[in-house]
Amino acid sequence: MCSLEKRGNLFFLTLTGDDQHRLGPPLISSILSTLSKISSEATPGSVLITTAHGKYLSTGFDLSYARSAPSPSEALDRLTSMVESLRPVAAAFMSLPMPTIVAVTGHAAAGGFMIPICHDYILMRSDHGVLLMPEMDLALPLPDYFATVMRERIRSPAALREMVLRGAKVTGEEGVKMGIVDSVYDSTEKTTEAAVRLGEELARRKWNGDVYAEIRKSLYPESCRALGLTQKDLPSKI
Amino acid sequence: MCTVEKRGSLFKLILNSDEDDQHRLSPTLISSILSALSQIKSQSTPGSALVTVARGGSGNFFCNGFDFRWAQAAGSESDARQRLRHMTDSFRQVVSAFVSLPMPTVAAVSGNVAAAGLVLAFAHDFLLMRSDRGVLYMPEVNLGITIPDYFTAAVRAKIGSPVALRDVVARGVKVRAKEGVEMGIVHSAHDSVEGTVEAAMRLGEELAGKKWVGEVYAEIRKSLYPEMCSTLGLTHNLIISKI
Repeated sequence: MCSLEKRGNLFFLTLTGDDQHRLGPPLISSILSTLSKISSEATPGSVLITTAHGKYLSTGFDLSYARSAPSPSEALDRLTSMVESLRPVAAAFMSLPMPTIVAVTGHAAAGGFMIPICHDYILMRSDHGVLLMPEMDLALPLPDYFATVMRERIRSPAALREMVLRGAKVTGEEGVKMGIVDSVYDSTEKTTEAAVRLGEELARRKWNGDVYAEIRKSLYPESCRALGLTQKDLPSKI
Repeated sequence: MCTVEKRGSLFKLILNSDEDDQHRLSPTLISSILSALSQIKSQSTPGSALVTVARGGSGNFFCNGFDFRWAQAAGSESDARQRLRHMTDSFRQVVSAFVSLPMPTVAAVSGNVAAAGLVLAFAHDFLLMRSDRGVLYMPEVNLGITIPDYFTAAVRAKIGSPVALRDVVARGVKVRAKEGVEMGIVHSAHDSVEGTVEAAMRLGEELAGKKWVGEVYAEIRKSLYPEMCSTLGLTHNLIISKI
């Protein structure tokens, strides 16, 4: 599950436990309700830092939960239901009224890669962990909003092809070259520390969170459409 | 004309030089490629991959665009335009067939590649190119002719940098293989025709070794290029697979 801690302006959303943080219905709803709480407590200068315990950020949907369904059609229903329930999580990250930073200290694969790619800043360990879209190997289709968000966040066609169509395992350093990862650090501690430093720097700007969210959304119009987000007309203070 | 060779799970689509060593896209070559792709698609199995190569002639051209000589031989200017329109319309189906082909595709660009020929190369998933000679370019701005909608859609899908896009499309810049790698257009550069073809075959074999399901591959590819697909009129198919 996930935990929430607040230190000053910084919210820490942590995927807890040393497991793979598979996105089954309980974890998905736990993240969604935590994001909703964070959103409701936001003040000017709030920043979100997302991290995970252990060797995995998340390895995607809980396929063993889906496969344990009594029939293949019910298994597919379970997967479809997880795909649909992660959509509002992606929407919540994309509309969160504060800057968002993820410290990727373990593997992030498939649906588990949607979590970092929906953050504003991706910091990553260089000594462990890969970003990976294994859909081709699993012969699973790519949900529409996955493709849309990745297209808008990974602007190099070559990087997009390597990641999505070739299923390349992207390390932190490769991710920097591909324009996916902002910066890398050689341990979990250093990655988290860098995330906190960046978070504090952004917090000092005391940005208005609602304005921040609208500006973020305006950068990713196709993702917003896929996630069902609309632009809000905010009264300007001028 | 083109021919198809099959070695294991690897299909090799060969642009031959029997009629034209620049492999210009005449109505004959276009319909030959289209029927080859249809044949390849019908024979595809999990783990199929396609490598396209140009063979013979001087070796200086991969594909030099539409066959303008054929269009200009029409007699009148309006008939020539009619012939160009015919090639533009029929080549659209070739690009559609590549984008929906149920397997990874690799182009071994072993010489100059221009205009429609570049679109043919861009219709592949991977573009490998020889670095000792040959350029890729879009000469339309220099020739004073407009670019068909699906050409620009294909080029926009494969060139991410706005600067590179302007240089290639609106400036007619001739791009050598190593520059293409820097611009993120060319996957890799190789110092000879043989080196390029060998690397393309190796990549094709590596991709074939993944034993991917072709239909899933084609749908994921299409989801990466929604604008190109909508210009080409390609729609998504829902693949219900086992979990």
